[in-house]
Amino acid sequence: MANDPRQHPLLEVNPPLVQGPQTYHAITQAVSEISEGATPRKWYILTGITGSITLMLFGMLTWLVANGIGVWGNNAPVYWAWDITNFVFWIGIGHAGTLISAILFLFRQKWRTSINRSAEAMTLFAVACAMIFPLFHTGRPWRAIYWLGPLPNTDTGMWQNFRSPLMWDVFAVSTYATVSALFWYVGLVPDLATLRDRATGLREKIFHAASLGWRGSARHWRNYEMAYLILAAISTPLVLSVHTIVSFDFATSIIPGWHTTIFPPYFVAGAIFSGFACVLTLLIIARWSLNLEHLITLKHLENMNKVILVTGWVVGLAYATEFFIAWYSGNPYEKFAFINRAFGPYWWAYWTMITCNVVSPNFFWFKKLRNSIPVMFVLSIVVNIGMWFERFVIIATSLHRDFLPSSWGYFRPTYVDICTFIGTIGLFLTLFLLFCRFLPIIAIGEVKGVLAEQRNPAPGVHTTSQVVDPKFEPVALVSNGGGH
Amino acid sequence: MSKLIQINPTQTGPKYWRSLGELYNKPEFRDWVDSEFAGGAAETLDQGSRRNVLKLMAASFGLAGLTACRRPEEKILPHSKGLEGFIPGKPDRYASAYTLSGVASGILVETYDGRPTKIDGNDKHPTSFGASTALTQASILSMYDPDRSKEVLKGGVPSSWKAFTEGSKSVNPGEGLAILSEINNSPSLTAMKQFVMGKYPNARWVEYEPVNYGGAAAGSALAFGAGVDAHPQFDKAKVILSLDYDFLGIDSPTTLVTRQFAQGRRIDEHAETMNRLYIAEGQFSLTGAMADHRLRMKVSEVKSFAMQLGEALGVLPAGLNVLGNTDKKTKFLNALAKDLKANQGAALVVAGPRQPAVVHAIAHLINSSLGAPVVFTKSATGGEDPVAAIKALAADMSSGAVSTLVILGGNPVFTAPADTQFGAALAKVKTSIHLGLELDETAKAASWHVPQAHTLECWGDGSAIDGTVTIQQPMIEPLYGGKSAIELLAMLFGAPSAKGFEIVKNYWMSAFTGDKEAAWRTALHDGVVAGSASAELKPGADAGRVKAAAAAEPKASGSGFEVSFYPSATCYDGRYANNGWMQECPDPMTKIIWGNAALVSPKTARDKGFKDDDMVKINANGGSITIPVMVQPGMADNAVWLNLGYGRRSIGRVGEGVGVNVYPIRTTGGFWFAEGATVEKTGETFSIATTQEYHRMEEPTLPIPTNFKRPIVREATLEEYKKNPKFAEEMVEHPPLNSIYGDWKYDKGFQWGMAIDLNACTGCNACIIACQSENNIPIVGKKEVMRGREMHWIRMDRYYTGTEDDPQAVTQPVNCQQCENAPCENVCPVAATVHSPEGLNDMAYNRCVGTRYCANNCPYKVRRFNFFNWHKNITEVEKMVHNPDVSVRMRGVMEKCTYCTQRISQGKIQLKADARRAGKAVELKDGYITTACQDACPAEAIAFGNILDPESKVAKMKKQERNYAMLAELNVKPRTTYLAKLRNPNPELA
Repeated sequence: MANDPRQHPLLEVNPPLVQGPQTYHAITQAVSEISEGATPRKWYILTGITGSITLMLFGMLTWLVANGIGVWGNNAPVYWAWDITNFVFWIGIGHAGTLISAILFLFRQKWRTSINRSAEAMTLFAVACAMIFPLFHTGRPWRAIYWLGPLPNTDTGMWQNFRSPLMWDVFAVSTYATVSALFWYVGLVPDLATLRDRATGLREKIFHAASLGWRGSARHWRNYEMAYLILAAISTPLVLSVHTIVSFDFATSIIPGWHTTIFPPYFVAGAIFSGFACVLTLLIIARWSLNLEHLITLKHLENMNKVILVTGWVVGLAYATEFFIAWYSGNPYEKFAFINRAFGPYWWAYWTMITCNVVSPNFFWFKKLRNSIPVMFVLSIVVNIGMWFERFVIIATSLHRDFLPSSWGYFRPTYVDICTFIGTIGLFLTLFLLFCRFLPIIAIGEVKGVLAEQRNPAPGVHTTSQVVDPKFEPVALVSNGGGH
Repeated sequence: MSKLIQINPTQTGPKYWRSLGELYNKPEFRDWVDSEFAGGAAETLDQGSRRNVLKLMAASFGLAGLTACRRPEEKILPHSKGLEGFIPGKPDRYASAYTLSGVASGILVETYDGRPTKIDGNDKHPTSFGASTALTQASILSMYDPDRSKEVLKGGVPSSWKAFTEGSKSVNPGEGLAILSEINNSPSLTAMKQFVMGKYPNARWVEYEPVNYGGAAAGSALAFGAGVDAHPQFDKAKVILSLDYDFLGIDSPTTLVTRQFAQGRRIDEHAETMNRLYIAEGQFSLTGAMADHRLRMKVSEVKSFAMQLGEALGVLPAGLNVLGNTDKKTKFLNALAKDLKANQGAALVVAGPRQPAVVHAIAHLINSSLGAPVVFTKSATGGEDPVAAIKALAADMSSGAVSTLVILGGNPVFTAPADTQFGAALAKVKTSIHLGLELDETAKAASWHVPQAHTLECWGDGSAIDGTVTIQQPMIEPLYGGKSAIELLAMLFGAPSAKGFEIVKNYWMSAFTGDKEAAWRTALHDGVVAGSASAELKPGADAGRVKAAAAAEPKASGSGFEVSFYPSATCYDGRYANNGWMQECPDPMTKIIWGNAALVSPKTARDKGFKDDDMVKINANGGSITIPVMVQPGMADNAVWLNLGYGRRSIGRVGEGVGVNVYPIRTTGGFWFAEGATVEKTGETFSIATTQEYHRMEEPTLPIPTNFKRPIVREATLEEYKKNPKFAEEMVEHPPLNSIYGDWKYDKGFQWGMAIDLNACTGCNACIIACQSENNIPIVGKKEVMRGREMHWIRMDRYYTGTEDDPQAVTQPVNCQQCENAPCENVCPVAATVHSPEGLNDMAYNRCVGTRYCANNCPYKVRRFNFFNWHKNITEVEKMVHNPDVSVRMRGVMEKCTYCTQRISQGKIQLKADARRAGKAVELKDGYITTACQDACPAEAIAFGNILDPESKVAKMKKQERNYAMLAELNVKPRTTYLAKLRNPNPELA
């Protein structure tokens, strides 16, 4: 029995990415059925809850615009607080999506296939949440909305100030949102066609239009693969650039605790860290509630845990480096800023951050914990709490005590701050629920591709990922997005 | 008007009538018509031809414009800029007077088209020198207070002037008439008083104010005999001892003292030495912060200290009842006595208003033995002790001996000592008439209340501390039809003229000699009645009397818990309680806004277990109050300090219920301080709002100390300075400040800059209110200040150094530093803050979208954000105080100090116009363009001007070796620089 592929010693290390008795049709069925069947009662309940929270967000934003920034707790000297914290937090969440879709795609990491769709969707929804803040945190959003657009405006007859990192932000985030949306949509086209072929009536019409005439011809696939590759290549630098530019908001300032060159890599690592944690949280719920354990396997989750462990350490190293530089630079303001961060009035925020971001990922050193659904679920949430605090610590604790002690202050959030933040979580979840309900949450075409490789390994290549159960039916080499 | 309207005798159509009187056209009806409709307007009643209607309409349109100008009827003369060719929209400045606690200051009032907007000091006035206090400047807002008294009240119910005129005829002027005035320093009011007293010799005249200088008057009476005022010449003194006298702060009602003191303190190319200030006090005052040596002691112990000093200097015999000495006190006393003696002729001892007569007398005795620079004059105000006077008056009111009481201003029901039971006594007076600005406690208790005209609304006069008289001109017709004190007296007691203008002018026409009209016009124009300063006296001190008084003094117990009272630097005695500017102006030392607190020393707080914000019950003088505690460094132990003026129950939307009223425990016996108080925690807490926490420039307590003393306010002793004059600049080492791009050369045209001399600044807050008034800065309220959203463009930072028990303190005004390399500018995405070629960091409000990034990146944190629309709920009348040259900022917009850019623009336009007319090149004379803060500063600590002009004051100050730029190491190149602070400690006490 030594030759039984199911007993292959490497299976322990590298289990197949698609598990259980699978056929192409079964995959199509499993994914499409989610959006085709009757809407489950629990979806209505969940969407009802998150929708109400989203309405609260709109209420809070209306209240904000009607009265002014004063309804938040922002003050002098903490002119930015939860608003920009939330912005950076949500932008960071979005990063995992692009990373999984683009970078892992370019590195031919096949394990990304079952999670990339939802990760990309998550990116879009997170960016949508994030973009609320740069606009609404301004004192006069009705002016900011056209002033910040890259147009010379007719009001004052002049260009924006291109020296301002906030201006760079506008470009970075809008580019990121556009490219992410394109990338996501291009990836969706074959699957939309699958849904179209299975649908009737209005659904058919909508998917017909949305799938852009996709027929699954080899020529279509060839163009698709090329387009996808190019978009992946365009997206890849964005993973690095967006959070780099977001970090410039702080790094180019002169405030101790902000003015530091480590921010770009530190922010990118943090973004991937939080993004993976967020994908993890959502996928654990999705695979459980939508019965997708065979497609989103433990291996996927474990891989993500490994990324969390690595980026957690990168982030921890960044924290340590900041302290080292604060001491090594000999700049007393800098030194104070960091000691104050850890032991000043906001010590609790700092140590929450350290506990969540530096201590908690270390549980993933243990394989058993890495493979435990409850453990990783809790830790993924803990990491996101930690990353929210990281941004809060950077923004609020640096601002609240800067150069002149006479101007020092303390920030306390108001209910509007809190409800606005909770509201964005509501918006995020609502969008995600809508996505789960109406669109294929797993890239059907890509999973089929992996399945094909599992069954028909390229000649001379023997990897465990290609181990298949010989009982299963043979398939065509080219998977057809049109399905069976 | 009657000439304008032609009466048309022919009637057209049927005649309609409304009454029998009209039908028969009886003379009574004609009279009624004439009285009801002035002049020709009556004609339209029945002469309504088309032509007449059109004529009348044309006339009323023509006159409609005039009604908008609330110009006073009588002629008033401009001060410095002529009325010739009056230009609408351009301000005129008129000289007038502002009186507080019986002391007048000369002011200049800026008016736009008949609307006063700003008060400055009168530069021709001998005690103002162009400077002004925060309280003086804020009084303009009190005039536009929408909650001011607007109508006559009878028994608290709205009535009318007509009813009052009728009702006041029944006033029995014979027996039982008493008039309670504020401290009177006005010659015309004195003349009116003499008129009334001459007509009704049995009437009594009482003067009272809760903040008065009765102790000082009694002290000079003890030393020299009655009616002598002492004027210490601080500028001529080299060594000064203050006995509980906050002469740089709230104890001095004028700017003169600060000006003189700063002159003696200034170090520049002309002066290489400075005065030395010692102080013995309880509360940590601004004067204490300025002092080179400070000995803290309870207010009641100062007497003993003064006696000991008298003994040490040999002016008092040994063996007086004095308290024992600590080592520190002995050392302090010995060094002080030696220093005073060594500076014979230039040593000065001054005592504060809280101190009893004997302390003042001892100070006089010491001064005469030292040949101190003190000038004596005849007293400008009356002699009777206000506290004793009001006590006697209240007793007579209670016994029914007073049947008619006329209260001329003030709010005695609120401010009179508690044991006089003034409110209850007032209820026993048959007819009481209260003249007041506000619907205050007294207005509601009196049988009649009539609205008072504000200082800026009526004619009057007042004498300054040196006796110089200023005629008070109205700037605007009374907004609510109020009357001044002289007008009310004239009306009540049948003076020949009831018009304020006539009374004042007639008085002065009789007082002037020579060309009276010219003298009158000159007095109005200059704001000073020439030659009116009191003649100098050379009184001899009666040493025997003072010695006897000192020997008779009982020993201070020194052990009990003490409570003492201070006028609030913001609400004063309560009269500013409804003034938003003052409520939001932080107390100079504690930085409390919108309220008051019981101040205790850190040790007392530890002993008693008090923390900030704990509510405590204070029992003293037979009464009790509940008030929150604030722990303040540098206070004397076992004592508590209370600010007067808060806790008004009836005043208006701003001040009602703000703070705690401490008058209930202030009695005639314990008027300024009392021993034997008890203080205990109630267990409740109350949030006190401050604009600044208790901050030192050293790091706050963190588990890992960094031992970093921030070089913000740089300070050295005079000795250190002489050894190393460039100590301030050398205090910070930093790498060379290079930019990878070439720096912009600001070397053409005007380059505006500012220098602030920290050695002169006393932290008096005058600049804060000046800026608020000039730049339309809104107030935000207590809740918002607690969130750190106050809007002041210039703030007064206060830092402590040294130990918690015996700290030193420094103050530093901080406005926008107008960095040449401004960190706020590059971060603004919409270019709303950009640099002008003249080196100004400009704000374009219209571009601002409110990202607040600029404020985050400002190392000085001087930018202010409109978190809400702060102007939303202000009334039309409050809008009148706005400076029309400065835009009012909407919500969501950032703002900050502009170096008064509107004044710069105005000045430049004027300069260009003048130059063109003269056919010359534009030339800026230093001091032609000034900022509001600079104008106000009594210490002349702020200089502003063109830094490229080597002859300008600012360039000269910047050239001084003490000059340093705060946070220069950030390479932001601020245009505002500071001159380092110096102290002049006695080497023996080092």
